[in-house]
Order: sequence, then C-alpha cells, then structure tokens
Amino acid sequence: MTMERTCKPVAAETINKLTFKDKMRAYKRSPLSLILLLLVCGAALITMLTLLYLIVYILVKGIPYITPDLFSFTYTSDNVSLMPALISTVVMTIIALVIALPLGIGAAIYSVEYAKRGNKLVQLVRITTETLSGIPSIVYGLFGYLCFVTALHWGYSLLAGAFTVAIMILPLIMRTTEEALISVPDSFREGSFGLGAGRLRTVFHIVLPSAVPGILSGVILAIGRVVGESAALMYTAGSVAQMPGQAGGGLFDSVRTLSVHMYVLSSEGLHIDKTYATAVVLLVIVIGINALSSFVAKKITKKQG
Amino acid sequence: MKWSNIKELLMHILFFLTACVSIFAVVLICVFLFANGIPAIGKIGVFKFLLGTKWKPGNDIYGILPMILGSLYVTAGAIIIGVPIGLLTAVFLAKFCPKGLYKILKPATELMAGVPSVVYGFFGLVVLVPLVQNIFGVAGNTMLTASVLLGIMILPTIIGVSESAIRAVPDSYYEGSLALGASHERSVFFATLPAARSGILAGVVLGIGRAIGETMAVVMVAGNKPRMPQGLLDGVRTMTANIVMEMGYATDLHREALIATAVVLFVFILMINVTFSLLRRKDRA
Repeated sequence: MTMERTCKPVAAETINKLTFKDKMRAYKRSPLSLILLLLVCGAALITMLTLLYLIVYILVKGIPYITPDLFSFTYTSDNVSLMPALISTVVMTIIALVIALPLGIGAAIYSVEYAKRGNKLVQLVRITTETLSGIPSIVYGLFGYLCFVTALHWGYSLLAGAFTVAIMILPLIMRTTEEALISVPDSFREGSFGLGAGRLRTVFHIVLPSAVPGILSGVILAIGRVVGESAALMYTAGSVAQMPGQAGGGLFDSVRTLSVHMYVLSSEGLHIDKTYATAVVLLVIVIGINALSSFVAKKITKKQG
Repeated sequence: MKWSNIKELLMHILFFLTACVSIFAVVLICVFLFANGIPAIGKIGVFKFLLGTKWKPGNDIYGILPMILGSLYVTAGAIIIGVPIGLLTAVFLAKFCPKGLYKILKPATELMAGVPSVVYGFFGLVVLVPLVQNIFGVAGNTMLTASVLLGIMILPTIIGVSESAIRAVPDSYYEGSLALGASHERSVFFATLPAARSGILAGVVLGIGRAIGETMAVVMVAGNKPRMPQGLLDGVRTMTANIVMEMGYATDLHREALIATAVVLFVFILMINVTFSLLRRKDRA
C-alpha cells in the first residue's frame, strides 16, 4: 500500500522543471544568461509600452473632443468636421477594391491554377509584385500625379486617388489570395476533375469558395492600408474637404481621406483638439480592422485544424 | 469548337492578362518617373544634382545631397534604435513568451504595423518633439526626433520578419545546445540566432526600405530645413519630405527636380528590394 503512494506518476514536465531557486542558482553561475534574459524582456516591455502609451495618450487626449459637430455633414473652417473625409475614405476604399480585387484574384488564380511549375511569367510576376510592395507611398503618389492627374487630365480627383491606391494594394491582395489558393488541398481539384468538371468550373465552384476566408483577410488588410494612406493621396486625390461629388464633378471631384484630413489639420495647427479627436477615430477604425482580420484568420486556422 | 471550350480559353486568356497587370504597373511607374525625372537631371547636370549642397529653387539651384544625406542619417538612426529593440522583442516572442501572453502581444505588434503614419507623426509632434526640446534645450524638430520615431515605426517590420526567421530554425539546434549544458538564454542566443542570421538581415533590410520611404511621419517631426545636416540636434529634410513639401506649388524645372528626387529615391528602394530578395532566397536555400 505504501509503495503505491510513493510511486505516484510524475509528469515529464515537472521532472525537467526548474524551481525558482534552481533558476536563481543557475543565473548566479552564469550572469550572461541573466543579462540576456533581462535584455530580451526589457526590449519586449519597451515595444509594448510604446504602443500602449501611443494608444492611451491619443485616446485620453482625443475622446473628450469627440462631439456631435465633429460628425456634421458640412466642413467649415470653424467646424472642421471629419464626416466628408470619412465618407470619401469609404468611397475611395470601395472603388480601389473594385479595381484591385478582380485583378489581384485573377492574377493569383493564373499563377496557382493555370501556370505550370517554373513558369517564367509567374516568376516575373512574383518579382514585380515584390517590387510593388516595396515602393514607398510618396513614389506612388508622384506616379499617380504624373499618370492620372496630369497625363490623363483627371485633375485632383477621387478616381485618380482610387486608382493609385488600387495599384498599391494589388500585391497584398495577390499574395494573400495565392496563399489561400495554395492551401486548398489538391484532392479537391482532383475530385472535381474526376467528376468531369472543366478547369473553369473547378476554379469557381470548388477552389475559390474554399479560399474565401483567406482572400477576405487580405481584403481587410488592404482596407487598413487605404485608410492609413496619406502620402500617395495628397497629390492624386488632393485635399479638398467635401463630400464625394459635392462640387458636381462626380468621381472627378477632389476629396480628402481621413488620414489626409488629419495631416492637414495637424499642419495647420489651428484645431489641435479636433486633430486629437480625428486621431482617435482613425485609431478606432484601425484597431477594428485589425481585430476583424485576426478574427477571420482564427476562423481559417480553426477550419484547417 | 464547343462553347464551353471557348469559355475556358477566354477565361484562361483573361486570367493571363490579370497576371500581367503587376508587370504592366511596374513598367508604367518606371516609364512615368524616369521620363519626367531624367531630363531634369540632364538639365541640371548629374553631379550638380546629386552632389550639390544647395537647394534653392528660387535661384534655380537644385542640389539634393542634403536630402540624400538626411534620408541616410535618419534611416541609420532608425536602424540603430529599431533593430536591437525589434530583434530582442522577436526573440522574446519566439522563445521566451508564455503562450497566453503571446496571444496578446502578437496582435499588438500587428496593430503597430497598422497604425497610420499620420498618427505616428502626430504622436511624434505632440510627445517626442516637446520631449527632445525639454531634454536638450533645442527646437524639438531634429534628426534625433525623426530617428526615434522611425525606429518605433519599423519595429513591427523587424519583429515580424525576425520572429519568423527564428521560428524557422530547427529545434534540434536549440536542443543540442541545451543537451551540452548551455542555459536556455545561451542556447537561444548562440545556437538559434546565428542560424537565423540571413532571415534577420532580410528583416533589417526591409526595415531600411520602410524607413527611407516613410514620408508623412518624418515631415511632421524632422524640421525640413533644406540644408546640409548639421548634427543630431538639428533639423533635417529627407528626400521624401522634399517631395511632399514642395510638390504642391512647384512648376517647370523645380517640379521636374522634385520628380528627379523621387527617381533617386526609387533607385535606392530598388537596390534595397534586390538585396532583400537575395537575402530571402539565401535563407530558403
């Protein structure tokens, strides 16, 4: 009877687990380990405190100034309402997605489903998308200015801005869609082909639906990118604070998105309170987008697991 | 030919065309930038443009050396601040972090990447600028401020790439080191980290690209005086800032000189991109 009690099974982890005292003794013997540990923890702490400080600082300073007239539908120099900018941002995001989504998904379908392995064109496409994703936004802005605003005579317009950011988010959508398509098991395709479906039907009815969550998380990231963009839009969409189409030019009217709005407010320096409040709105949108994308990503891993 | 075959063929061509869009976009960007920028460099003179130390659009003097140096200095500062902190944070996330904490910290670093640069810039303007002003007793819009802010902004890039590089190292390296009697910390730093070297370097290069291309945040805190950088506690103007500050009202040669500035920036970025993809290829092999 006593034997049984002393031979209680011990989990493997507890055998190897060091007690606090053991650890302290080990650190005493090797101070370098302790220094490394402190450095690593310190760095992580600095990173997180910086982020926390930024968010809390802006929220604390900005939330008291979030008033109803901040969301009034007309912008005046006394009441620098962010509503026109907010709506312009939404419209611009939608147009950019309408342009970039079919192109990005089509390109991803081609390189995953159609092209043969080691296809030279696909390699070239991959290099160019990597190049595109590394180009700074101000270079996109200048390109948009030279191409859409000047060469195509669109002037500072919502459309010019939307086309510029559409090119910016294209590599993001292509990459996430490609990854989503690759993660669809080949057995799906084989089953579909085996039942006599053509390539097109297989892509649209079998592969694409299973890849939707992956594509969606790419779309959400792309939305975040458009919302946060400012340098590329200053000289393409301009910075007129008005509702889209308010001046009668439809999509060819100049508008400012929320980020540009905030930049203008901050550089004017006349409405610091409102700038804080705008920053709060921007931060809340970005946090929401990030939460949404990690929610979608969690769904994907759950489905696969 | 049957209709369904025609449809297949049409869609194949359509997908092929969409795949070509990114190539087309890169070509288009190159053509527009170079066609508008190169003639200006020719008109000003290559050496006068690249090595000229004075930028006075009013007198038709366009030398962008101050801006090139400004960009390089600020980026170097950002790397000095951002890389150690980012790398150590990545080590923490990959090897030290309890699972429960990781679920909070990982999304936090992703959020850091998503915060718009205007918000960072504004944060720099209202927090860092007064801070530098109080500590050093100078006007707060300095190279130091810009470097610190950029160092913060490239953290998520460095953390993300380094963390996945560290995680890609086989556990056997770490375990072998442990078995030889090294502590957890020593094993991570002297067995795992060296093996992740090229991946980490790729992250640093990507961070350099981010820092050198960052525009709005730098404009808001760097002071933007178009003259040779005088020191850490003096204002600088970067290439990106040069474009944003003056594009709004520039005309003729002045405008073309700004586009030429973008060409120089673009060439820098292309070089960084090539380095990055070479490093990554080495990492995979």
